[in-house]
Amino acid sequence: MSEIDSGGGGKHKGDKKRGKKMSTRVDFTPMVDLGFLLITFFMLTTSMNKPQTMEINMPVKEDLPPEEITKVKASQAVTLLLAKDNKVVYYFINPITGDPETPQITNFSKGGVRQMLLKENKSRNPFVDSIAIYRQQLNIGQINEATYRSNANRIKGFNEGLIVVIKAADKSKYINLIDILDEMLICNIGRYAIVDITDVELEMLKGVNLD
Amino acid sequence: MPKVKIPRKSTSVDMTAMTDVAFLLLTFFMLATKFKPDEPVTVDTPSSISEIKLPESNVILLTIDKDGRVFFGVDGQQTKEELIKRMSANYKVNFTPQQIKEFSLMSTFGTPIAQLPALLDMKSEDRLRATQAGVPCDSLNNELADWVWQTRLINNNVRVAVKGDRETNYPVIKRVIATLQEKKVNRFNFITSMEKPE
Repeated sequence: MSEIDSGGGGKHKGDKKRGKKMSTRVDFTPMVDLGFLLITFFMLTTSMNKPQTMEINMPVKEDLPPEEITKVKASQAVTLLLAKDNKVVYYFINPITGDPETPQITNFSKGGVRQMLLKENKSRNPFVDSIAIYRQQLNIGQINEATYRSNANRIKGFNEGLIVVIKAADKSKYINLIDILDEMLICNIGRYAIVDITDVELEMLKGVNLD
Repeated sequence: MPKVKIPRKSTSVDMTAMTDVAFLLLTFFMLATKFKPDEPVTVDTPSSISEIKLPESNVILLTIDKDGRVFFGVDGQQTKEELIKRMSANYKVNFTPQQIKEFSLMSTFGTPIAQLPALLDMKSEDRLRATQAGVPCDSLNNELADWVWQTRLINNNVRVAVKGDRETNYPVIKRVIATLQEKKVNRFNFITSMEKPE
């Protein structure tokens, strides 16, 4: 089928007087097969892309004297408890009484925790929508990466903005943690922390049957 | 013999172009890709929209599979040679020069240091099939902390990357993060796969 004509010429009718001429046509089908085999081998055993990562900064684990621990207003914070079955329980602190409000249950779908975070962030930080505008400007090349970053960090660091406290229960999975950190990036939340869950909160989870 | 011959057109297609394409593709794959490192365990990472790329060198890779076993890996042959000598001194486990050489060529491992000589003696195919129990990181016997600490002493600018499986339970992750914090590693990366922002 596949052949390379290396000068054998057209098929001449065997002239008896000339004697037998060996055909110089070489069949290259096996070479094509080899080529594709090697391609398949390389496609399967190698990888092209560098794996993506997410950067995490954890607080330094020192025992700081109480004055140096950054004080945040309890009403500014929302606590997210990562429970089993990909569920998230969240609660706010009542600004007047200082007690936790009723915990709400949500999940990682689009109308779940992301909707709540976007709403809360927007209501406390009026400038948060401009991050999207800066991003667009970066994409079309109007501003450079450094300007975008400094502006985004400035808006995210807004003093009255939402602070998220993330606590994961033992029954949650790694993917829940990564998803919630992803939501922090998507919702442009500048201040969040991963801390240990307390017994009070474990009781809260038990109360909604998610322990 | 009939005098009228049915005119026949040649059915052979010239395949020269096809071989050229095949070899071009082959050359592309050979040059643009790297062999995937042989890992004792495959991990299904969760996805995230983060687009920060992992640096290519000076990376400590902590792989955690869904059963909670922790595997340790670092790049750099000299780093690994120095590392195993120091750990050998710390834990009073002796390694032959042959085993040290094997270690510096190996990508990741996940056994307590007492079982490491036995693992190194195996041929690399057997090693991949052997079930490894994971580097211990519980509070009584935190070998993982020592591996990370010694590597950082040898090479100051290593970055720590954690590659976990989607189904890994949170307590193991918490233990690994706590171990890293104890050893003053407060900035590290989680390896994730690509996700398009909606």
